[in-house]
Amino acid sequence: MMKQTLAQKLVARAAGRSTVAPGEIVTCKVDLAMMHDSGGPRRVKPMLERLGAKVWDPSKVVVITDHYLPAYDEESRNIIRIARDWVREAGIENFYDAQGICHVVLPERGHLRPGMFVVGGDSHSPTGGAFAAYMFGVGATEMLGVLVTGEIWLKVPHTLVMEFDGALQPGVSAKDVMLFLMGRFGLDGGQYQAVEYRGAAIRRLPMQERMTLCNMTAELGGQTGLIASDAITNAFLASEVETWDSDAGASVLAHHRFNASEIAPQVAAPHSPANAKPVEQFRDVKPTLAYIGACTGAKLEDLRMASQILGGRKSKMRLLVAPASARDQKTAADEGTLQVLLDAGAELLPNACGICAGYGDHVLPEDMVAISSTARNFKGRMGAASSQVYLASPYTVAATAVAGRVCDPREFLR
Amino acid sequence: MKAWVFGDNIDTDVIAPGRYMKFGIERITQHCLEAVNPDFSRQVTPGDIIVAGRNFGCGSSREQAPAALKHLGVAALVAESFAGLFYRNALNLGLPALACSGAKRIRHGDRLSIDYASNQVFDLTLDERLPFEPIPAHLMEMVRDGGLLPHLEKRLARKERAS
Repeated sequence: MMKQTLAQKLVARAAGRSTVAPGEIVTCKVDLAMMHDSGGPRRVKPMLERLGAKVWDPSKVVVITDHYLPAYDEESRNIIRIARDWVREAGIENFYDAQGICHVVLPERGHLRPGMFVVGGDSHSPTGGAFAAYMFGVGATEMLGVLVTGEIWLKVPHTLVMEFDGALQPGVSAKDVMLFLMGRFGLDGGQYQAVEYRGAAIRRLPMQERMTLCNMTAELGGQTGLIASDAITNAFLASEVETWDSDAGASVLAHHRFNASEIAPQVAAPHSPANAKPVEQFRDVKPTLAYIGACTGAKLEDLRMASQILGGRKSKMRLLVAPASARDQKTAADEGTLQVLLDAGAELLPNACGICAGYGDHVLPEDMVAISSTARNFKGRMGAASSQVYLASPYTVAATAVAGRVCDPREFLR
Repeated sequence: MKAWVFGDNIDTDVIAPGRYMKFGIERITQHCLEAVNPDFSRQVTPGDIIVAGRNFGCGSSREQAPAALKHLGVAALVAESFAGLFYRNALNLGLPALACSGAKRIRHGDRLSIDYASNQVFDLTLDERLPFEPIPAHLMEMVRDGGLLPHLEKRLARKERAS
């Protein structure tokens, strides 16, 4: 039988085929559809009504509120209300209200399994690929199509392999790996194909760090990011599941190989994640705000990284922390991580998308310079068009907060 | 129709800024592309065509990005390449997205017409024909129906008649 990549195997299973070839157009059965309050109910409800159609299988739909929370005006209150009412009307039991950001809550509540084919109504949906599930983002109308038919078309992707040998240095994280790839391959380096992360350095990463890799595959321009399942996946899921991996020798579009130990902490200058370079080139930049937030940069593992730097130190600038989920925040509180951040001067924000998506009261004012653990620094995304956002890992954001200027976190870990 | 030329990597935050996303499409449309061209939403006229470089529509999955362009009456998008998610969104709304390797030859303000039979953009100002990659047949049928919603409407009506 033809050797298949992980992406091909996942798509073939969903298409009811034994094998598929890159470039073919196939129709896939969707195992799970995830929506949030912004792109979800408020958009799909009127379209479902126009069609007089019902959700194909309410047990396969997950709705998570995370964008317009906490509701801060009439419009946002209305958007959240529509989500709450609609899940009742449509009979959707998998509803997580104000529990955190969808990409983090979805696996945290056990909805992702290796082998699944999943669509999400958000561009960072490739995050789910860390669980060896084929997960990708769609817009509201395409989501409507899934809700009505339970199916979606797909052009079978080629696979680009990013292999990392060795191990990351202390103070270097998955975020740095992605910024490094962004600097090298740009915003369309992924060519809307499947990007598969492999190698000894990847196998060492905990699940939430793997999620960061797959999450930022969106910025790299891939349709999804994938990592084969292994013992670490099983431990996270607390069950033994069948291993999903590429066949050795399966044909790929490109195979890039790097030594993980050579990757330095990275920073991406405004206004593109592709403006990434090693941190030492930004030593003269003096932000006035440090932000640790979002699905990309405020999961439990991210909070732990920041706490390693901030322990016993004080932030010299305003430091905002929005833990990515309520459960991660609870664990961080129980283990003491959260107190370390608070003692360093962090202000705690709600478990929501917040500033990263340009929502809420804390969006950046005119001319503000910020360093952020989030994924995107496009012009005007996080606030005023004149604001300047530098992207970095939670380690580097924390080190910068302590130093008062962009700083290499390895200086604090020696 | 008039060409509005933009560069590489025009992202959906620029096409449909996040802070207006809580509003309806009317309000979002007023701020469409304002960070790169403040006059665009006031001066674009129905039938005009957006021309761009690589990776048009990268970033957020927000469908309001192609919806705003459609609402302004933009007839088609011509770019060297599109971000995949945006490409799907545009076609789902019935807005043709045409990948054209020669897009960068088109200058701002050129008169364009599009021939879907021969898969070519005709730049009348330059007197040049620039081929684009054909939209796959199953998607072109949906675009002709006006997008996925009217396409599904038709499909469901057919199913009802058959049963």
